Amino acid sequence: MTSLFDEITAAAPDDKVPVRRVTISVNGQKRTADIEPRLLLAHLLRQGLKLTGTHTGCDTTNCGACTVLVDGQPVKSCTMLAVQADGHEVTTVEGLGTASELDPVQEGFTKEHGLQCGFCTPGMMLASKALLAENPSPTEDDVRFALSGNLCRCTGYQNIVKAVLWAAAKQRGEQPS
Amino acid sequence: MYPSRFRYEAPSTIEEAIALLREGDGEAKVLAGGQSLVPLMKLRFASPELIVDINNLKGLDHLEEAADGSLRIGALCRHATLERSALLPAKQPTMAAAAPLIADPIVRVRGTLVGSLCHADPQGDWASVVTALGGHVVARGSGGSRTINVNELVTGPFTNVLDYDEIAVEAVIPAAKGTRAGGYLKLERRVGDFATAGAAVAVELDGSGRVARAGIGLTGVGGSTIEAREAADALVGQALDADRIGRAADLAAEAAQPQTDHRGSADYKRHVVHTFVTRILTRVVDGQERAA
Repeated sequence: MTSLFDEITAAAPDDKVPVRRVTISVNGQKRTADIEPRLLLAHLLRQGLKLTGTHTGCDTTNCGACTVLVDGQPVKSCTMLAVQADGHEVTTVEGLGTASELDPVQEGFTKEHGLQCGFCTPGMMLASKALLAENPSPTEDDVRFALSGNLCRCTGYQNIVKAVLWAAAKQRGEQPS
Repeated sequence: MYPSRFRYEAPSTIEEAIALLREGDGEAKVLAGGQSLVPLMKLRFASPELIVDINNLKGLDHLEEAADGSLRIGALCRHATLERSALLPAKQPTMAAAAPLIADPIVRVRGTLVGSLCHADPQGDWASVVTALGGHVVARGSGGSRTINVNELVTGPFTNVLDYDEIAVEAVIPAAKGTRAGGYLKLERRVGDFATAGAAVAVELDGSGRVARAGIGLTGVGGSTIEAREAADALVGQALDADRIGRAADLAAEAAQPQTDHRGSADYKRHVVHTFVTRILTRVVDGQERAA
């Protein structure tokens, strides 16, 4: 069975749609791929680079599960063509931390139980990462506002907000409460 | 979901971009933020043969006040730039109120105001705002440059008057005749949903507090953005008192052409328009929605 990625990267049936070579820095590593222009960034990450931490949920720019950072800014990767990331830096959840050294945001989500099923979590964490880079001391309202493009169907958001506030305190060098 | 096949070009000059559109012969689309176009292509509502990505063009990401006092917003100026700009709260209260209400925070990182205007969605917030402010877009094509008033840009849902080889390069908000005041209010079921109803109100007050110019644009209550001209005209030359505000709100609600749907009944949406226009103008009187 061919995966979506194989199907979409297979050479076009005629010369009208050339495959393009792109070089994208993904989690600090330069990755090169020959892709069809219609390949979405989310699909390049998941099927092409096997970075399946980026989830695709609604596929219609609503849910934010596919959120990644492009040059540090949060982007819904199901709504960006992979060719548009050529020459840019992409950070996925795999680039946040390692199992032995979690990012404060990841640590916050564990400490505060910021997830149940976990589907929205990668997108939530990357949107949070972008928020904390811009505003190291967000209020609860700031967190809710910044995450308003990311949907969670389990938690009711309470613990997600707590997790981000925990991470903010940790990043500021304070003892998270 | 993924789009149907297309050829992709990312030119580095506006001349190349226009030449490519010309070559596309009506089957090409300009890609700026892509937050409306890419979903449409994924849903196969749009299947352009050629995508001309303008993100590599230089000098289109500006948000600046020109020497004549007008505000110029480049085709690559993102919603997030508008949201974070210190210029807007100081000079453009209607725009400042709308910026944090566009779509959701992540969409705002990539989406653009000019793209939103060209996309011509009847639910587009910026179209109401720029209509209320009497703005225009500057389009560049093979035949040179031209100016299109925003209320003449859109001919119906998702259709505009741009020629197939034209690119809207910037939107322009003219200089105010007095102190700018106003606001934007939107009712949405949740962040990122289409508006149940929205209203943009922009007034310019002279030294005596009378209205020198007024504009009202309505979102989501018709087949296109609605310019409530009569409602706005009822304010011009007048001091804003409760009677005047009530009259404008009545006329704005009459101008709305809402449809009953899952977001609410037509009557309800008219009521929301009435409430929003009243509320914004009352806040203007209270001095809460005025440019410094």
